[in-house]
Amino acid sequence: MSRRSLLFALPIIALLVWIVAFPNVAVIAGSLAGGGEHWMEFLRSPSDREALWTSLWISVASVVASIGVGLPLAFLLQRADFPGRKVLSAVATLPAALPPLVGVIAFLFLYGESGALTRTVQLALGLEKAPWALSGPWAIVFVHAYTMYVYVYLFVSAALENFDSSLDEAARGLGHGPIRRFMRITLPLLTPALAGGALLVFMSSLGSFSAPYVFGGGLRVLSTQIINSKLNDAMGVAFVETTVLALSAVAGLLLLRWLEGRRQYTITSKGRAIRVPIRSRGARIAAIVMSTIVVTILVLPHGMVLLTAFAVDGAWTTQVLPPEYTLDNFRRLITDPQLLPPIRNTIVMALLATAANVAICFVIGYLTVLRKFNGRKVLEILAVLPWTIPPTAIAIGLASTFDAFDPWHGKVLLVGTFWILPLAYFIRGLPLVTSAVQSSLRQMEPSVEDAARGLGASWWLTMKRVVIPAAKPGLIAGAVLAAITAIGEFVATVLLFTLSNRTISVEVLQQLRSQAFGTASAYSVLLILMTFVLTLGARWLQGRADRVVVV
Amino acid sequence: MDAPLGLGNPQQQQAIVPAIEPGSPASLTLDKVTRRFAGQLAVHELSLEINAGELLALVGASGSGKTTTLRMVAGYEAPDSGSIRLDGRDITALPPERRGFGMVFQHYALFPHLSVQDNVGFGLEARGINATERRARALQALENVGLGSKAGRQVQALSGGEQQRVAMARAMVIQPRVLLLDEPLSNLDPTLREEMRTELRATLQRAAVTALFVTHDQEDAFAIADRVALLEHGKLLQHGTPEQLYDRPASRAVAEFIGRSVLVPAEDRGTHARITLGGVAQDVAVTRAGGEAMLTSALAVIRPEMLDIGSGESGWPGRITARRFAGAVMAYTVDVSGTSLEILTPVRSGAVGDAVRVSVQREPVALVSA
Repeated sequence: MSRRSLLFALPIIALLVWIVAFPNVAVIAGSLAGGGEHWMEFLRSPSDREALWTSLWISVASVVASIGVGLPLAFLLQRADFPGRKVLSAVATLPAALPPLVGVIAFLFLYGESGALTRTVQLALGLEKAPWALSGPWAIVFVHAYTMYVYVYLFVSAALENFDSSLDEAARGLGHGPIRRFMRITLPLLTPALAGGALLVFMSSLGSFSAPYVFGGGLRVLSTQIINSKLNDAMGVAFVETTVLALSAVAGLLLLRWLEGRRQYTITSKGRAIRVPIRSRGARIAAIVMSTIVVTILVLPHGMVLLTAFAVDGAWTTQVLPPEYTLDNFRRLITDPQLLPPIRNTIVMALLATAANVAICFVIGYLTVLRKFNGRKVLEILAVLPWTIPPTAIAIGLASTFDAFDPWHGKVLLVGTFWILPLAYFIRGLPLVTSAVQSSLRQMEPSVEDAARGLGASWWLTMKRVVIPAAKPGLIAGAVLAAITAIGEFVATVLLFTLSNRTISVEVLQQLRSQAFGTASAYSVLLILMTFVLTLGARWLQGRADRVVVV
Repeated sequence: MDAPLGLGNPQQQQAIVPAIEPGSPASLTLDKVTRRFAGQLAVHELSLEINAGELLALVGASGSGKTTTLRMVAGYEAPDSGSIRLDGRDITALPPERRGFGMVFQHYALFPHLSVQDNVGFGLEARGINATERRARALQALENVGLGSKAGRQVQALSGGEQQRVAMARAMVIQPRVLLLDEPLSNLDPTLREEMRTELRATLQRAAVTALFVTHDQEDAFAIADRVALLEHGKLLQHGTPEQLYDRPASRAVAEFIGRSVLVPAEDRGTHARITLGGVAQDVAVTRAGGEAMLTSALAVIRPEMLDIGSGESGWPGRITARRFAGAVMAYTVDVSGTSLEILTPVRSGAVGDAVRVSVQREPVALVSA
């Protein structure tokens, strides 16, 4: 049994070693080439030192800001009941639905120096120039907090939902007041959730490219440095920078995982969910006003992109809002032979990558959860490895590994071809789909598979009727997540694209550079729509899957 | 970690002073307490008196309102109407943190991130007691429940029975005037459960604390409590000693809930009752807990140990349909013209299919209104 599993696993392990492990080894090896001179160069360069430091502190600040927003919001929505709660909780996760670059341009149109909100404030106060410039490190932290607080919010909400309220009641009965109960009982028990959310924020901030690129204002961070080095053909330094970025990510991962594990408790008892209704009139009015403001802030970026999508290119200069509107932008997306290919490329490449993810990750999930064989751990580590590597590092690894046809050194030529991007998306999707499938399969009682075989079902029938249905919820959720990541992918794409396989994200940036805000926004709306369609499709599929289980 | 947050020193934080000072056990009165959830009556005009130092069990099926009652006494739920008094003082509006009651939760609610000792000392912390004394008193409380050696452990490393005892120690160390226990034995396996019953009663008696505990298991209630109050649909059906509830049920519902019994129609004749089964009448001495002089439509509550089987001429004629060895006694099921009687008797000779006579050996028999 275990030998047959190993036989199945070997080709996959080989594939992952080749496309996941090998490029990273190549990057590290590349950084060490020439006897460490690139490392010396990195250490001596003030701009590289600055970039490392800035990357780290911006990531930490993003974590702090995300907790500052996500934690109170989770508490408010989980523990209190007030008018507007349902609307607020419906839009609370909205920022996560913005593809990275789209979020950035929405902020540019809203809060940028000539953004709608900035101009409104300027007009209202009668100022000579814009009251603020959305530029520099704090602008990046601001954008990060807006898009990434959702991770903290989701983790803490889930933890609060499972929180055993009798612990709080016990502390209360023993004589402790609300502040003390929060500090001594609730907060310590939320540590794993906070660490989990913080980890996602930290990793995303560290790898973030679009926010520093657009709002950095000359600020150096590692991800932008890497791209600069690559553009200047200083590949040795690029390898060092990539290695440093990846090592920082791994260090952050280990630190937060340690924090998460140190405080992991199984709460065995059941608690009742308590949502305290806000009764006093004043507090209710305050709640309504506050939730209206928060909902507006959350919806505004989507609204701004949507509005700008109907703006005539080049017409919006110094006005508060775009002065002229048209449907032309959308019409051109379909009819203009220059504008259509990015849409087709985005869809085709995301589909290819996701389909490959579904097939391969199902097998990985099946082998790692339900089979026992030597090498199971290796397979699992290889599958989640891309999660710890910032997308910039993945791209640099691919760019330096698949740049020539050299089978003797494990190299094939993919750089400059169509296939390099689907491969990058596939790698980014690996950990997402694998862990989703694994968690679905872990919920299945392993003896069910044995029972099916014991009843005389063939291997194939068992797969079809028992294992695949059990894996289905995870497959759907993982596939949608992977597809959403792929269609909005920007960081790796911008390093690897060619003219023939450029994606919507790349095109958005091009249009932005040529001041074609309307076209850029129309593309962005298309990306948002695709995200929504995928999410709704997943819900529909999940609903169907649930019904099948009931029958 | 605590020091910078100002938590290490209790003086820095305003300690919540319990409105109820620790001291001798107090009497507890529930006066017409009513609680509704979304229009549904959970507890309906419940009045109960618990004497100082008494152990009272609230028994009932799930949904009977027993847990809601306990939570109202603890202060986690507020009654819609009625009042709760402690030694005559109205505490209905007092929040739980100021009542100073000890509570043992159903799943113990031990703080998973604190050690055994810190769990036990947590209530003392709220009372502004310094760390040294806290440690000493927590340790003493743990010694009292036989867990002195496990003070430094993590609660997760303890067995179910040990966790239950830590929960007891945590509730007792604050010297509560009233101790509340929510299904304290329901999480234990049957063998341990028997053991803990005896231990719990001994601990509670030693502490001489007024205790109210909730259970769905009447055997727990009988083994631990001085008095038992039976609830159904939020109403009090009967309260009294375990013997009273078993021997003299006040209503059909009580008879059906407490103990095993068969209810058969009986003709109430004042001093005695006539029970006719299979065409044969037996006259038995009776008792009526309902207080009525005579019942027009009566049911006799026949317990399995009241009956015996024989081969003579007297008694109801029947046939053995099942036979089960139960150790000290034999359990028979005898069908008497359609009525299935359960009988516990030392007689071992009966076999399935045998024709037997069933006679009432122990009187009086309780009568309830049909």
